[in-house]
Amino acid sequence: MTTSARVSPADSAVRVVSLYPDLLGTYGDGGNALVLSRRLEWRGIAVEHTTVEAGAPVPDSADLYLVGGGEDGPQVQATRELERSQGLHRAVDKGAVVLAICAGMQILGHRFPDATGTSREGLGLLDCETVRVDRPRAVGELLTTKANLATPHGPIDLGLLTGFENHAGRTIPGPNATTLASVEVGEGNGDGSEGVVTGTIVGTYLHGPALARNPRLADALLEWIVGPSAMSPLDDSDVDELRTERFHAARDHELAPRRSWRDVLRRS
Amino acid sequence: MAAGRIVAWASRVVHFGTGSVIGGRVSLLFDRNLLAELTASREVAIVSATNGKTTTTKLLSTALGSHQPIVSNWLGANMTPGIVAALAASNATDTAVLEVDERWVDSVLRATNANTVLLLNLSRDQLDRTQEVRKLAEQWRDALRATPPRTVIANADDPLVTWAALAAPSIVWIATGQEWTADASGCPACSGRIEFSDGKWSCTSCDLKRPSIDVTVDDDAISIADQRFRSPLALPGRVNRVNAAFALAASSAMGTDLEAAFDALDDVTEVAGRYRVADFNGTTIRLLLAKNPAGWHEALELLEGPSTPLIVAINARIADGHDPSWLWDVAYERVGDRFVIAIGERRHDLAVRLRYGNITHVVADNLEDAMNLVRQSPNFDPKVPVDVASNYTAFQDHLEKVGGVL
Repeated sequence: MTTSARVSPADSAVRVVSLYPDLLGTYGDGGNALVLSRRLEWRGIAVEHTTVEAGAPVPDSADLYLVGGGEDGPQVQATRELERSQGLHRAVDKGAVVLAICAGMQILGHRFPDATGTSREGLGLLDCETVRVDRPRAVGELLTTKANLATPHGPIDLGLLTGFENHAGRTIPGPNATTLASVEVGEGNGDGSEGVVTGTIVGTYLHGPALARNPRLADALLEWIVGPSAMSPLDDSDVDELRTERFHAARDHELAPRRSWRDVLRRS
Repeated sequence: MAAGRIVAWASRVVHFGTGSVIGGRVSLLFDRNLLAELTASREVAIVSATNGKTTTTKLLSTALGSHQPIVSNWLGANMTPGIVAALAASNATDTAVLEVDERWVDSVLRATNANTVLLLNLSRDQLDRTQEVRKLAEQWRDALRATPPRTVIANADDPLVTWAALAAPSIVWIATGQEWTADASGCPACSGRIEFSDGKWSCTSCDLKRPSIDVTVDDDAISIADQRFRSPLALPGRVNRVNAAFALAASSAMGTDLEAAFDALDDVTEVAGRYRVADFNGTTIRLLLAKNPAGWHEALELLEGPSTPLIVAINARIADGHDPSWLWDVAYERVGDRFVIAIGERRHDLAVRLRYGNITHVVADNLEDAMNLVRQSPNFDPKVPVDVASNYTAFQDHLEKVGGVL
C-alpha cells in the first residue's frame, strides 16, 4: 500500500465511483457522491461519477471510491464481491482515495462481525478490526473534535465533525492506522476516538451523507486528488447554519427526538 | 358487550378527548384477549404497508360500505390498542377494515383470524428505530403461515412483499408498476441479487420471480377480473390508482360487486387530510404527505411540472424517525425550477440537500412566514393552490392549522 497521492491536472475529470449502492446505501449514502461532484463542478473542475452495482466489475482507475453503510447481510455479500474483484485493492495500491462509511469501514478492516455475531475476514485495506460488544446499539448524534487528515500536501484541519451514527460494532484501530478525530458527544469507535485512516483510506461512523454536514472533510478528500491550489472557497452558509444547529443539538443532549404532547395524543 | 364496556369505561376514566388509544391500552391490561373477542363474530380485513395503508384502508372501507356497516381505524391508530378502541365502539358483527402497523401484522392476524389481508409495499422508513425491511418481510411470511387468511392481495412488483405473500394459500397479485426498488435488490429468499428489467424482476440465484398478474394498473385505468375501470378517481396520482386497485380486489374477494365498489371510490376526495385543499390566512393551499423516499417518489409525480412556489416541511420527531439522512435518497431535483421554501424542525438539513440539488430555495421559520414569501414570489398564482408537502408530524401540525381531520 502506498500513501502517495495522485495529483491529476485540473483539466482532466476527477473520477468518482460509488461502490455497490444497491448493497451498501441504506442511509442516504448517495449524498456523498452528490456533494463531491457539486463541489468540483462549482469550482470548474470536471467530474465523472460512476455507480458500480453488485455483480459488475470494479474499475481500478478511478480517483475516489465511496463505500457506504448497510445492513448485516448485504455487508457480507459486498465483502465477498470486493474480494473477488480485487479492483478496489488495485486502485488503493495506485493511490486512490477511499471514503468508507460505517459498514463500509468495518468490511475494509481486517475482521468484522456478521449478522450472527461471528467474526468474518474483511478486506484488510484499513488497519482496524471491528468486534461485537455487549452494549446497546449506538444511535444518535455524533460530534467530534481535533479532526485532521494527514495528506501529502500537509495536515488538513477538519474542524468539528458532525453527523449521525447507527451501529453496533466497536472498532479497534491497528498500529498502522491513525484515528480521524476525538469524540465529544456520541460513541464513535468506542474508545473515545472516531474513524480510522490508513494511507488514503478514510473510514468513519459518521453515517450516510456525512460529507453534506462536513464540507471540510469533503474538500480534504478532493484536495488529495486535485491539490490545494484548485480548492477555491465556496459559499457554505446553508451548511454553516445546519452545523451550528447540530452542534447545539449534540451538546445540549437533545439526542432523544422531540415528542410534543400532541404527538402523544395522536399516536401513543 | 362486556369488552366494549371495558374500553368505554377505561376511556372515561383516563378522561382524554382523543384518548381512545389510551382507553384501548388500559382495557388490554384487564383483558389481553380483547382483540380476539371483539372480532370473534365479524369479517375482518387487514391492510399493511410502509406507504398507503391509511388511504387504502379508507378506500376499502368506502368500497365495502356501499352495502354494509363498516368499522375501521382509518385515522391512523394502527396498533392493537387503537384497533381495540375503534372496534369497541361498533356493533359486534360490523365488518372490520383494519389498518395495521407493519410490525403488528403478526399479532393482529393471530388475534383476529382475518380472512383478507392486503400487503401493499415495504421500504426504508424511520431508519433509526424500525427493523430492516427484510426482517419485516420475514415476519409477514411467518404470520401468514401461522394464521393463513382466505385471500391475500399482494404487490407483485415488490419482491419483499411477494416473497412474504407466497406463504399464503391463495393470492391475488397486483401489478403496481412500483418504481422504488432500492430496498429490494437483495433476494429475500436466498440473499442473491434481484434483477429488474422490462417491468419484470427475478432472482439471479434462486427461482423467486415476479408472479403472474391478476390485476393491472395503468395510466388511466384499473383492470381486474376482465373488467376495466376507466373513470378517474378524485384522489390524484398513480399511487392512488394502485391503492384503489388493492381496495377493489379486496372488496371483490369479500363479495362486493365491483361496479358498485368502484362508484363508491369516487366520493373519496381526501384521506385524513391528505390532499386537503383549504384556506390558510386568505390563500388556498393543498396538503400533501410524504414521509420516506418511496413516498416522496410518488409525491414528486404530483409536484413536478408547475412553476409556482412550493413549501416543503421536514421534522424528525419520534414518529418521523430522528435521522433525516433519507433526504438524500429523494430526487428533489424533479421539482425543476420551482422555488422551494424549507420549513419544519429540520429545515436546515433540507436546505443543504436542496442546495446540492441546485434548487432555488430559502429557509423560513414556519408556515405563516413561508406563505408570506410565497405571496411575494413572482411565480405565485393566487388561482392555484400552494402545495405544502410535509413528512408525518409536520403534516399533522399543518392539518391542525386548517381545521384538523374532517
